[in-house]
Amino acid sequence: MYRYDEYDQAIVDARVDEFRDQCRRRLAGELSEDQFKPLRLMNGLYLQLHAYMLRVAVPYGTLNARQMRMLAHVARTYDRGYGHFTTRQNIQYNWIKLEDAADILAELATVEMHAIQTSGNCIRNISSDQFAGAAADEVTDPRPWAELLRQWSTFHPEFTYLPRKFKIAVIAADEDRAAMRLHDIGLQLVERDGALGARVYVGGGMGRTPMIAPLIRDFVGADELMSYLEACLRVYNRYGRRDNIYKARIKILLHEIGADEYRRQVEEEFLAVKQLGIDPPAAELARISEMFASPPFDPAAPDSVDRTDPDFALWLDQNVKPHKQSGYAIVNISLKPIGGIPGDASAEQIDVMADLAERYSADELRVTHAQNIVLPHVRKADLYPVWQQLGEAGLAEANLDLISDIIACPGLDYCALANARSIPLAQKIGQRFAGAGRQRDLGELKLKISGCINACGHHHAGHIGILGVDKKGTENYQLLLGGSGAEDVSLGRITGPGFDEDGVVDAIERVTDTYLQVREQGERFVDTYRRVGMQPFKEAIYG
Amino acid sequence: MRLVTGNDLPTGDVVWWAGGGWSRHIEEAVDAGDRAEAIAREEEAARRVNVPYVIEATATPDGPRPAHIKDRIRALGPTVRTDLTLKPADPNAGSWVI
Amino acid sequence: MSDNVLRYRDDEAHDEPAVTLDAFVAGQTNAGAVRLEAGDDARALLPHIDRLALVEVSFPSFRDGRGYSSARILREAGYAGELRAAGDVLVDQIPHMRRCGFDSFAPESAIDGAMLERSLARYPTPYQRAADAKVPVWKLRHG
Repeated sequence: MYRYDEYDQAIVDARVDEFRDQCRRRLAGELSEDQFKPLRLMNGLYLQLHAYMLRVAVPYGTLNARQMRMLAHVARTYDRGYGHFTTRQNIQYNWIKLEDAADILAELATVEMHAIQTSGNCIRNISSDQFAGAAADEVTDPRPWAELLRQWSTFHPEFTYLPRKFKIAVIAADEDRAAMRLHDIGLQLVERDGALGARVYVGGGMGRTPMIAPLIRDFVGADELMSYLEACLRVYNRYGRRDNIYKARIKILLHEIGADEYRRQVEEEFLAVKQLGIDPPAAELARISEMFASPPFDPAAPDSVDRTDPDFALWLDQNVKPHKQSGYAIVNISLKPIGGIPGDASAEQIDVMADLAERYSADELRVTHAQNIVLPHVRKADLYPVWQQLGEAGLAEANLDLISDIIACPGLDYCALANARSIPLAQKIGQRFAGAGRQRDLGELKLKISGCINACGHHHAGHIGILGVDKKGTENYQLLLGGSGAEDVSLGRITGPGFDEDGVVDAIERVTDTYLQVREQGERFVDTYRRVGMQPFKEAIYG
Repeated sequence: MRLVTGNDLPTGDVVWWAGGGWSRHIEEAVDAGDRAEAIAREEEAARRVNVPYVIEATATPDGPRPAHIKDRIRALGPTVRTDLTLKPADPNAGSWVI
Repeated sequence: MSDNVLRYRDDEAHDEPAVTLDAFVAGQTNAGAVRLEAGDDARALLPHIDRLALVEVSFPSFRDGRGYSSARILREAGYAGELRAAGDVLVDQIPHMRRCGFDSFAPESAIDGAMLERSLARYPTPYQRAADAKVPVWKLRHG
């Protein structure tokens, strides 16, 4: 885990002071809402339907127990006893008072946390692989690189008023667990001739015009990565569209000028920028990497697990993933109980997860872009007590990557931008497919719901996606099939006319029934869809 | 009827124009008629409310009912957490929204 | 020159009115002062930076961040004259503008001097190298 030094701490403390001053000016009437809005957004404070909402950064999704307990404390003290984990690996609180916002940030700063750049037209929280440091398939731990990027992008003087928000993801394995190519910049760390560097994808994104990022550079060495990114961002800052908010993301610039022309401009800029000495020395990456060294694993940890308890075995098969170290495992805690609110956790549950991390997972937790929590380093011998304690806290739903493990944005229940509610739909779908046998028979099926075109619920990337729209004042839902945010990245296609809430649940059932009829041995839902195409599903839905 | 609504500046709470000031309860909202836009402007300029806007609503025996579902959700609270709405004891509060 | 220009330079202010980039590049003028609109390409000035005393960069809206890149491009190429941010320039933005190389400001609305001083002093050690003299944190860590 990264630990702040005096410089990091001073920067975060200064930010609290600055934001306190900005809030004071707003409350005193010195700033209009128009002037205050970009300032508060730059610090993750939104005005939503019922209150202010504060989004707290969880850099690359990594937390320790002390930080997790602070999140519970904030939920209890300043909110209504819960928080919502997001697809950007952050947490947001729905019931914040402007008067409390600076105090919350001051409390967060005591555990090396902040809300810097969790909104606004700037470089947002760097996201990464939730299994980083634990997965066997990574070439290196991507988090030190993500931390280097966090520092580079924090209060970047040139890129704080970009045409639009800017999201960067870093992974280091061929399996993509972070939807890397659906980011403005996606970096895949690779090894070449014994040196580590990044493969750079630019111009992906969801929103109203979803695009998969093309490869812009095959390799940038660690020693030039910041210069290269600076060049990527500068071309965007100068030439990204500012006349239309819906066309302002970098994906539109790439689409309009073409990947080749964008690449040419970046290379030209890069030639100039790399002479300026803006890349930190290798010693800085080394300093950060040391802090992410593996915890001291016990090489003698037993590798076998007692599967006598059938419920435990179910959970083991569904929610526990292999670890790079024998005798250890990666535990996924589903925040998707049947009938619950995807991504929500109560202060008590957050505390339980913190305690478990401290006792059983080398003091580490991760937030996933699928709105779940990970205990990355659990001894296999401890899995049973971990499962039991999760169960007592209502956190042992065995549904990872199944149809009820739904990504859903807050939707119209909370969000000022939404056109339709997402959560009640997630609840109904979960209940419809609740039987463990039924879900498991359907296998991996990623269902993602957005309550508006902004696509915070990643509906374009769902094997099944749902988009809520406003149809003459009533909620209506469009159905999409065939998307994926993983290494087999693809964008979903709309099936046809939309449905009301119950209608879309029925339609999903007809889709899954069709899949069960036509699937071949070993095919996931999305594989079948890719093989047979839209037609059989369409016929089943609209008949 | 025409209502003026916004969020309270320091707390962010949803508020409704109730004639002489702002109320957290839509039952106390009054028809602002032709004055609605002017009230919104004046109150925002005086920094007494955050981003006020004007909505259409229907008068009912239980109080005004906003035309759009978004404002009905604002008036009540999240439909998925009725315990956190303004009517936590009313199990049917959510049905008013739909 | 307007009275409310904030300058962070010791030299004499340059009074000559700025000409447009088009007029300047067309060579119709011997002007030593140019005004760049937000969408103008600062690189067009690079062959001439030695004879420029003032470049004024326009900020039509505080949300339009193109001028930050214009400033850095000029400074990175060695421009040493006055670099002025003009227009919708807010107190909370000036520290970033200073880092990008601006050393004078002509904001549309008056700026509270005390607040600006606090703001400029707030972050002594930035994370990244930019066009100012501030030493980035990584340099302080590793020398």
